[in-house]
Amino acid sequence: MEELDGDPAVTLIPGVNSKKKQMCFDWGPGEMLVCETSFNKKEKSKLVPNCPFIFIIRKDEDVYSQILRKLFNESHGIFVGLQRIEEELTGKSRKAQLVRVSKNYRSVIRACMEEMHQVAIAAKDPASGRQFSSQVSILSAMELIWNLCEILFIEVAPAGPLLLHLLDWVRLHVCEVDSLSADVLGSENPSKHESFWNLGRLDEARQMLSKEADTSPTSAGMCRTLGDLMRTMPILSPGNTQTLTELELKWQHWHEECERHLQDGTFTSSPHLETLCKIMLGDEAALLEQKELLNNWYHFLVTRLLYSHPTVKPMDLHLYAQSSLDLFLGGESSPEPLDNILMAAFEFDIHQVIKECSIALSNWWFVAHLTDLLDHCKLLQSHNLYFGSNMREFLLLEYASGLFAHHSLWQLGVDYFDYCPELGRVSLELHIERIPLNTEQKALKVLRICEQRQMTEQVRSICKILAMKAVRNNRLGSALSWSIRAKDAAFATLVSDRFLMDYCDRGCFSDLDLIDNLGPAMMLSDRLTFLGKYREFHRLYGEKRFVDAASLLLSLMTSQIAPRSFWMTLLTDALPLLEQKQVIFSAEQTYELMRCLEDLTAGRPVRGEPDAQRLQDDDIETTKVEMLRLALARNLARAIIREGSLEGS
Amino acid sequence: MGEIYAKFVSQKISKTRWRPVPPGSLQTAETFATGSWDNEENYVSLWSIGDFGNLDSDGGFEGDHQLLCDIRHHGDVMDLQFFDQERIVAASSTGCVTIFLHHPNNQTLSVNQQWTTAHYHTGPGSPSYSSAPCTGIVCDNPEIVTVGEDGRINLFRADHKEAVRTINNADSSTLHAVTFLRTPEILTVNSIGQLKIWDFRQQGNEPSQILSLTGDRVPLHCVDRHPSQQHVVATGGQDGMLSIWDVRQGTMPVSLLKAHEAETNLHRNKLLRSYLLVWEVHFHPSNPDHLFTCSEDGSLWHWDASTDVPEKSSLFHQGGRTSTFLSHSISNQANVQQSLISSWLSTDTTKDRIEITSLLPSRTLSVNSLDVLGPCLVCGTDAEAIYVTRQLFV
Repeated sequence: MEELDGDPAVTLIPGVNSKKKQMCFDWGPGEMLVCETSFNKKEKSKLVPNCPFIFIIRKDEDVYSQILRKLFNESHGIFVGLQRIEEELTGKSRKAQLVRVSKNYRSVIRACMEEMHQVAIAAKDPASGRQFSSQVSILSAMELIWNLCEILFIEVAPAGPLLLHLLDWVRLHVCEVDSLSADVLGSENPSKHESFWNLGRLDEARQMLSKEADTSPTSAGMCRTLGDLMRTMPILSPGNTQTLTELELKWQHWHEECERHLQDGTFTSSPHLETLCKIMLGDEAALLEQKELLNNWYHFLVTRLLYSHPTVKPMDLHLYAQSSLDLFLGGESSPEPLDNILMAAFEFDIHQVIKECSIALSNWWFVAHLTDLLDHCKLLQSHNLYFGSNMREFLLLEYASGLFAHHSLWQLGVDYFDYCPELGRVSLELHIERIPLNTEQKALKVLRICEQRQMTEQVRSICKILAMKAVRNNRLGSALSWSIRAKDAAFATLVSDRFLMDYCDRGCFSDLDLIDNLGPAMMLSDRLTFLGKYREFHRLYGEKRFVDAASLLLSLMTSQIAPRSFWMTLLTDALPLLEQKQVIFSAEQTYELMRCLEDLTAGRPVRGEPDAQRLQDDDIETTKVEMLRLALARNLARAIIREGSLEGS
Repeated sequence: MGEIYAKFVSQKISKTRWRPVPPGSLQTAETFATGSWDNEENYVSLWSIGDFGNLDSDGGFEGDHQLLCDIRHHGDVMDLQFFDQERIVAASSTGCVTIFLHHPNNQTLSVNQQWTTAHYHTGPGSPSYSSAPCTGIVCDNPEIVTVGEDGRINLFRADHKEAVRTINNADSSTLHAVTFLRTPEILTVNSIGQLKIWDFRQQGNEPSQILSLTGDRVPLHCVDRHPSQQHVVATGGQDGMLSIWDVRQGTMPVSLLKAHEAETNLHRNKLLRSYLLVWEVHFHPSNPDHLFTCSEDGSLWHWDASTDVPEKSSLFHQGGRTSTFLSHSISNQANVQQSLISSWLSTDTTKDRIEITSLLPSRTLSVNSLDVLGPCLVCGTDAEAIYVTRQLFV
């Protein structure tokens, strides 16, 4: 066992007194059942009233959020699309595709976050409002982490463009903090406008400078100089073809010029503008003075990189990140989980990122999808877990199991299991059988899932469940259809017997629309064949095709398809044929019939203790046999005469 | 086709229906109803695609549909039909049939009329009832016909508390859908591939006619009648087959068209034929040379049998998926006058004339329901999304 990464979270169950009572539990696929036992912990004598409830404890509660359901559904489509990306795609086009997938995931998170935010604002009671707001911040953190991972691991931005990406990254998330917390920085207040150009928004900052210049003409000159410095700051633009070395050179010149202005004391008369100039020189102390304007340490980090190391290399990032975190926190507070996650990303430690996220976040959605995407970037190949399969598969399985525990999201889980090569199929097999089938329509959907994956065992079991249900509901036709579909011979026999019993009771067949149209399905079981053939006999008889009917009837007995218990009924059915004016059974056929009758009567077991009812039954039976013997004998005589005279003529 | 808008609604959608526009009005469709299934709480909801002039956060016009009102529905919504402008009839998996009334003034829905045990099973030898899902309904004011898993057919009148007519054990298997042929005749399809015609003027529980696919007993899941040629009927089957029937003659379908078939490479090296149940089929009400189907594999198809298809090679243009269709000439058409033949029945040239287009960009989970009215189409999926387009024939 690996050591634990932290103390497991304690979940308190309202109403259960775990101090006094012992509890018992049972695992389910995605949840746990907990209840109080009647055992006391210490004092046996003291009677504490029992908690009369059984609690269902769900580990993945986010699955039950109405808004997050949209995230799960929409991202499911993206996930499936990603799995279908051609393996052959290599190099640039593959990378472009993966980046697009990553952006799609992020835009789904953002859409969800926006909706959650709307709901939080509209929430009537403060408690649920708070709950939604905390969800918003979780989603926001998820997006922040995802975006950074996208830049570092998927986009793999080289020195130069890397900083541009990071600028976008901070800009996007600071903006969002702005708009979401409604803490919009007052544009008329010059003491606050630094934060804008801290982000590299030099244009806006320049506009504000000129505004200030208008209001105080004394400082106009200084403002203009500073504005010029801002304008001339060399920045790598995406469309620019200049090399990194050129940029570094230009940047060096510009930096020296700023420094000269500072040393010349150009801004000494305005401490405020001097601070600005210092910041532009990447002066850490000056930046830290504005700490309250920088939302967080990574904001500080990116600002610092912009003004002191614009061409930072990916590999050096973690050095600046660590020192920025240390400087920003200044030993006052310890890093939060989010800080650790981002730091791990800056250190390019993907596994640490995923691990920290798994611990910190309340759902598997994030880690499962991020890990899968990174795996598609071929970043996780070497890592295998000591249990189950690799990390990607492990997380996907956890997520999909969570979906399957949900009343209606189970359908999404299927595709996730499909893309887990090692344990996906067995997991699906275990989960799919637990889906409650309240309508045939739902059953058909589950069946389709199983049939598509050739899960014959599950197909059989589902059809059997439906067939059983139909029998319980007295829907024999449906029951037969389901057992035919499951190719379940035993059950088809059972249902056929029910049909035959009904026939004996009522003297007519039910569900003719089905029985008359069995077709090749009739061959599934002997009893079903018999049912179909016996019905065919009745049809032939009804159509007055007596000769065909007679030979069919006889063959049912001689071929042993008809159950022995049914022979008497068949022989009785032969009676009207024997009584017909013309001879229908030939002599040979009559002998066969006689043999059948004698077989049947000879085989009768000797019964014990006869009661009145049985005596009466036996009486009827004896009369029947006598009648049959008589009819057979008469028919035999007629047949012999006819056959003899036909041959003679 | 114009743009198609998707909205995720946090519930699996089982049915989508346009509210009919008043006869003779020039209005286009702007309100539709949806029903959900397989949720812990299911709803019947009304949505509007009308222009509210609302701008989204990006300042652009948001093209998607807005929720007008909804109401709890006990059990899965198995079918949904507009009875008139204000009333919606819903079929429940609990065997209950409910008429909901829409109050446009305060945008609410209320229960107007309910038949709680319209469909039920009776256990063997016991008088105990257990509910049976009601699987299909069809309305023709003032009549409502319902069918269910119990093989029962009910005829209700909106103003009657009790069923006007019930045919018990009408079918030995599950009835999946029902539609009116010519009042008082109805058509049902069942789970053993049969199409039955019932005449309410006749007593007893026997259909007046049974039509079926030859031998293979493939379940039929949906049925729709040609809006102007009442003898032409389309059904969708469990194997993805769309069948066109001429109920005046023969007992077998006139043509079988196969589109809901695709190969998946789900498991590598093992090409599997998907099992693509067709959930709904609809003739376009005013443009019946066009037909629409949706299926369990998440596809939504537009079938165009109009004769003036300009270009034939632009067939299967979306998605790049292979879709084959075949057309058998089954019944003998010689004695039918050419001029009367619907474009769906003329079998010799169908092959050259039916254009099939996929309307949804990517497929994953089932498209359970669709409805067309004028230039508008709405469909709902198990991926909890509702798709709407207002420019079907652009």
